[in-house]
Amino acid sequence: MSNHESTYVPKTAIERWLDTRLPIVRFGMDYANLPTPRNLNYWWTFGGILAICLMTQIISGIVLAMHYTPHIGLAFASVERIMRDVPGGWLIRYVHANGASMFFIAVYLHMLRGLYYGSYKAPREMIWIIGCVIFFLMIATAFLGYVLPWGQMSFWGAEVITNLIGAIPVVGEPILIWLRGGPAIDNATLNRFFSLHYLLPFVIAGCVVLHLWALHAAGQNNPVGILIPKDREKKDMLPFHPYFTVKDGFAIILFFILFAVFVFYNPNALGHADNYIPANPLQTPAHIVPEWYMLPFYAILRAVPDKFGGVVAMFAAIGILFVLPWIDRSSVRSMRYRPTMKIFFVIFLFVCFGLGWCGAQLPDAPVIPGMPSFTLLDGKLNSYLWLTRLFTLYYFAFLGPIMFFVGLKEKPLPIPASISEPVLKTEAEKA
Amino acid sequence: MSKEKKIVSFRKILVSAIAAAGIVAVASPALAAGGAKHPRDGGFSFEGPFGTFDQGQLQRGYKVYREVCASCHGMDHLHFRNLGDKHGPFWNPKYPNPNDNPVVKALAKELQVADIDSETGEALMRDATTADKFPNPYPNATAAAAANGGAAPPDLSVMAKARHDGANYIYSLLSGYVAPPKGLKMAPGQNYNPYMAGDLTPFWEGEGHAPPGGFIAMPAPLRAGQVSYDDGTEATVDQMSKDVAAFIMWASEPKMVERKQAGFGVLIFLILFAGITYASYRKIWKGVAH
Amino acid sequence: MAESVVNPEGPEGQNGGGEATRRDFIHIAAGAAAAGAGAMIAWPLINQMSPAADTLALASIEFDLSKVQEGQQVVIKWQGKPVFVRYRTPAELAKVTSEGAVGSPPQTDVERTKAGHEKYLVVVGSCTHLGCVPTFNAGDYGGWFCPCHGSHYDASGRIRKGPAPLNLVVPNYEYLSDTRVKIG
Repeated sequence: MSNHESTYVPKTAIERWLDTRLPIVRFGMDYANLPTPRNLNYWWTFGGILAICLMTQIISGIVLAMHYTPHIGLAFASVERIMRDVPGGWLIRYVHANGASMFFIAVYLHMLRGLYYGSYKAPREMIWIIGCVIFFLMIATAFLGYVLPWGQMSFWGAEVITNLIGAIPVVGEPILIWLRGGPAIDNATLNRFFSLHYLLPFVIAGCVVLHLWALHAAGQNNPVGILIPKDREKKDMLPFHPYFTVKDGFAIILFFILFAVFVFYNPNALGHADNYIPANPLQTPAHIVPEWYMLPFYAILRAVPDKFGGVVAMFAAIGILFVLPWIDRSSVRSMRYRPTMKIFFVIFLFVCFGLGWCGAQLPDAPVIPGMPSFTLLDGKLNSYLWLTRLFTLYYFAFLGPIMFFVGLKEKPLPIPASISEPVLKTEAEKA
Repeated sequence: MSKEKKIVSFRKILVSAIAAAGIVAVASPALAAGGAKHPRDGGFSFEGPFGTFDQGQLQRGYKVYREVCASCHGMDHLHFRNLGDKHGPFWNPKYPNPNDNPVVKALAKELQVADIDSETGEALMRDATTADKFPNPYPNATAAAAANGGAAPPDLSVMAKARHDGANYIYSLLSGYVAPPKGLKMAPGQNYNPYMAGDLTPFWEGEGHAPPGGFIAMPAPLRAGQVSYDDGTEATVDQMSKDVAAFIMWASEPKMVERKQAGFGVLIFLILFAGITYASYRKIWKGVAH
Repeated sequence: MAESVVNPEGPEGQNGGGEATRRDFIHIAAGAAAAGAGAMIAWPLINQMSPAADTLALASIEFDLSKVQEGQQVVIKWQGKPVFVRYRTPAELAKVTSEGAVGSPPQTDVERTKAGHEKYLVVVGSCTHLGCVPTFNAGDYGGWFCPCHGSHYDASGRIRKGPAPLNLVVPNYEYLSDTRVKIG
């Protein structure tokens, strides 16, 4: 696929003229004809869905910036003006706010797909690493954007998250003041957050180009996980268009149905009511939580009793993903053929949901109310604190030693010689 | 690959995990801080995917807001013209531009707003116009706090979205004042309300668990018959609470009806679009094993 | 066996005839629906730039004419633009009425004022050429002179010389009382 030959033949004089000067039509046609593994299932449609999510966020965001005022005294009112006075403004704002959640739903499924089918393994390490960079930038962008409406959650989220940087020994405090542009979150902070929130999506778009470049250099993975030899390309591959354009298109429409249900019928379900209270630097809400997509990382942060340690753990939770291709020692990509790993993967899924759940709870609250418990070190054993710690431990164990040792020891199931082989089998079973 | 193997596919794993997480999320009272009583259901007309505002109720609610709440609570994001907006309390299809609506004009004129003389720059009070914001009862937040024992009455523009289950919460809170249970240490200037968020354990000297609810600076604001409704509805505390909660819900989300109607069309379109695309997909993949 | 895996002729070219047209129809319908979706998405993105409800609500202002002295003008802001309210001297008034219909389009002074209030002229203070604000009591005709490209207006706001194509615009306004006007 890397050196897949161009089949485009310019027909008219204009096409020939353009092709020698700017081969943009050739580029597009080659893309459309790109040989794609025929067995890609619906989990592979999230790449296209994510591209649409990014476009939705950039376009709706540019529009919102036409009406938004990044000033502490005016930001909340300017958002309310968008909701009330700007023609169709309520729709655009709800699309942008819920679009962030949709983006994260898609990216998490995309990442889990990569994890399950071993899409991060050689020769696709760069695709995975750039993907991790994109994920990190998405978190940063989402956080910056959440500050802009200048509600209570905006303000206190910014306060708490910037304070994490203050946990760095020696240099933390000066960096914190530099980052905020003053001793506290104030107008200067809001202004720079707005500027950066506008900038980062374009950095993400640039990374997406690299992500795709790396994808086309190394070739697409597929559910069987084997590399497709050159001589089997004709049998095992299909041109991207129309086969996968229509498949991606169908998946995108289904995704938009979910999106529309949130935007039109439950636009505030994924947000927090406190963010409709204007920011008040003198009063913290009773219970502050980040947006749902940050909850697992927030839980890991709180699991560590030391402030700096918590910050390190939280960043390590993302950082470990970068080195995953070298931690996993298995020669088999797809977990379809890794029965032991599959069990650990299922547990990992539950742990990720569990971390998200714990992130929304008060750490001292009992997991099972009324159950007697004894105190272990700094907290009751029957508390979210200890449950979070248990989950955090598994999170790192799975992405570290479990990946490593299971990869070494596990005896995989027999792997088909080509991706057509299992396809034919299912066909035969159907017949 | 056998059928048994297929059963534990990635899809099955993920779907069951999401389902399990969903059950957990539904089964547990998420983020319920403190022990406030769960709001009672106001039976509002705007609930559900096809729910719309009851215009009569919104008009009554505006009256309650104007005559009772507005003496302490501002609604800074509302303009008088909003009262005549589509689906609003005084919407009249004869006046597509709410600034021309005579009822709205008259309601604006009843109130005075601060302005400056356009030549001399001196402060003056003039009749409000439809373009004016609802006047705030206090000149600034500090004055509002000072006049209310340190707790500034919150703005009500988006109150129904600023509280969980907003409309029902406002209705329950306003109509839910009861005498504080014996054994509750009350600080001066505080009132007890079982629907208010908070944790009364530190103030509880009675037996058993602390009562639900919390302290609220606002004393019970409504008395029966306080407002005389133009449509003859009896102004009970329950009725007034319900009406003003509906009004605040409209004020918080004035485009709600427009949103639901647009959503209905969009969903119908998307479902048809999905069907056509699926048919196209089936045609293209016909006879292609994968 | 291989046939069931690979479809060598691609999705379009298996059989001809009626089958092909029916197949084409569904693809065309899907494409049309996609185009429709694009248009549906484009509209709110375009429409959001139209004037917002708060901007539209500020369409009219009231002004007290007793604040203008004879021979002077007061500039007020209406819909973000300057409006000149000019109290003309008897000499200026005599001059502009005696000239009859001039300017572009030719207009008499009476057409540009309200009956009974001829001494007051209310015009939008932006030059009809490219929108600069003309200076008061300047130019060859004793009205306004636009500093940007040299248009001369008389004391009735009519264009007399220079590149401006039209007379200064008289906005919609009405007298609420003898001394109070409502513009817009």
